[in-house]
Amino acid sequence: DIDGVGRKYHLELVLEDVLGKDSTVNCTAEVLYHLGNKNIAPDVQFTLEGELKNTEEADNIFYNRIKSLEKELVAENIPDSRGNVSPDMEPFHLLAWVASGYVIWQNSTENTKFQLAQIKRVKQVKRSDEYLEFDYTILLHEMVSQEIIPWQMTVLWHPQRGVQVTQDSRQPKHAPE
Amino acid sequence: DQVLHIVPETSQQVQHLQHLCSTLLLDLWKPLLPEDIWAGKDLHIRIPAPLVQEVKDSLDQHMISYKVLIPDVQELVDQSMLRQRSSQRQVPEGYVYTQYHPMEEIYQWMTQIQKSNSELVTQHYLGKTTENQTIYYLQISQPSDKTKKIIWMDCGIHAREWISPAFCQWFVKEILQNYKSDPKISRFLQNLDLYVLPVFNIDGYIYSWEKDRFWRKNRSPYMNGTCYGTDLNRNFNSSWGSIGVSYNCSSEIFCGSGPESEPETRAVAQFIESKKSDILCYLTIHSYGQYILTPYGSTTAPPSNSEELMHVAEKAAAALMGKYGTSYEVGSTSLILYNNSGSSRDWAHMIGIPFSYTFELRDKGTHGFVLPPEQIQPTCEETM
Repeated sequence: DIDGVGRKYHLELVLEDVLGKDSTVNCTAEVLYHLGNKNIAPDVQFTLEGELKNTEEADNIFYNRIKSLEKELVAENIPDSRGNVSPDMEPFHLLAWVASGYVIWQNSTENTKFQLAQIKRVKQVKRSDEYLEFDYTILLHEMVSQEIIPWQMTVLWHPQRGVQVTQDSRQPKHAPE
Repeated sequence: DQVLHIVPETSQQVQHLQHLCSTLLLDLWKPLLPEDIWAGKDLHIRIPAPLVQEVKDSLDQHMISYKVLIPDVQELVDQSMLRQRSSQRQVPEGYVYTQYHPMEEIYQWMTQIQKSNSELVTQHYLGKTTENQTIYYLQISQPSDKTKKIIWMDCGIHAREWISPAFCQWFVKEILQNYKSDPKISRFLQNLDLYVLPVFNIDGYIYSWEKDRFWRKNRSPYMNGTCYGTDLNRNFNSSWGSIGVSYNCSSEIFCGSGPESEPETRAVAQFIESKKSDILCYLTIHSYGQYILTPYGSTTAPPSNSEELMHVAEKAAAALMGKYGTSYEVGSTSLILYNNSGSSRDWAHMIGIPFSYTFELRDKGTHGFVLPPEQIQPTCEETM
């Protein structure tokens, strides 16, 4: 506890690659939850001991595939009800995971635990520059309240320039039945 | 989803249709490729439900006339699946345990299991759900002159946790397939009876198949039918309504209008109450998170037999990990997860059932509630 500021946690973790479980990286981090105003995201500082895997080739293949589509891609329910994700949808799933991590960070407190539950809809937005842009509607599962929260996020991506969430907003739940 | 029948008249219409198909990645049934779309030739395309209006508007805009060939693709699929499955109904060996099954098939499975294993299995009536579905449990009991202690296990108290009913079905199958050959199981059955409730929240489960994959609660109407569902695992009479709940129907953790306000809760509670002196162990199966949870959720004060409870749970977690390396955390809900009151596990312990556990199965959030079917087998094997 830090008087007048908030509560700080010191963490030692191991990061594991979702695509290759034997690829791990040690990590130390400090997370500071601010006192009072719960609308500020926690501060996060971290150090990686080692390097993350290089994914340049796969990134470029995906980038070129989407760039060469004649018209904007649209997809929904990833994974589907049974939990299946088709191979050509997997990159959108991974991108959503990364982007949702940002949204989750921005909205986390000491009393929340969010997970990405499903991509309801992803729609590509045409751009004149080199970036790829996707408009996602995702469902976040919050463990304590058990709520499923729809969330809209606009995601920019480029193989060398990484991921950016330029806009996001919590959506109202649909009226029941 | 709908399937439309179109006969393009001009090459402009053909171009526009090809455009629509590749833009929206529409599913061409006839012809197979956009380049084979010709004027004067029949075109059948499947349009995903959310795009139907958009596509029709676009067709109208371009003066392209269409007919609706199939107004509801899912309905057709369901009908054909039902027909296919009813022919497999006689053979329980045909039941696929590595797939998720809708409620109707689970009912059929229960009937079949009893028929083909009548020396061991009996199906019993527990009660009715809000929407008047019948709740059954299966009793697996080796005939004997001595009264045996009971192990109770229920699955599917939360509708969206599909891996849970899948596990109950797997469990029953494993016991029945191996009780003669596996010495551990046969010794088990000499001394214990197993009572398994494959789907506790039947209405909710059906709703998660038909309307909302992420539905959790039951389907009882509140506020004049403007709001639905009580969280059955907050509805038991264990410090009901005190912590970790909502009194608002629109919440996922709504505890109901009072303890045991829901017919499903009452059906199970009354039965367990009547048998409580013989019940050794109460197990309730959920997902996700990979936990073995002990009482209590409503307080951090440990239960009377806390040491023994933890010891057994830790052994279980170690055995589980031995199978595929999956790690489960063990501890009381209030300490390692969150506070809640009115849970079935707490209630079972409070009325005197010594061993009471909640299992939260795979995974840790990567797939969450939509655990892919390939994980059904390993999850069930390790949990077994």
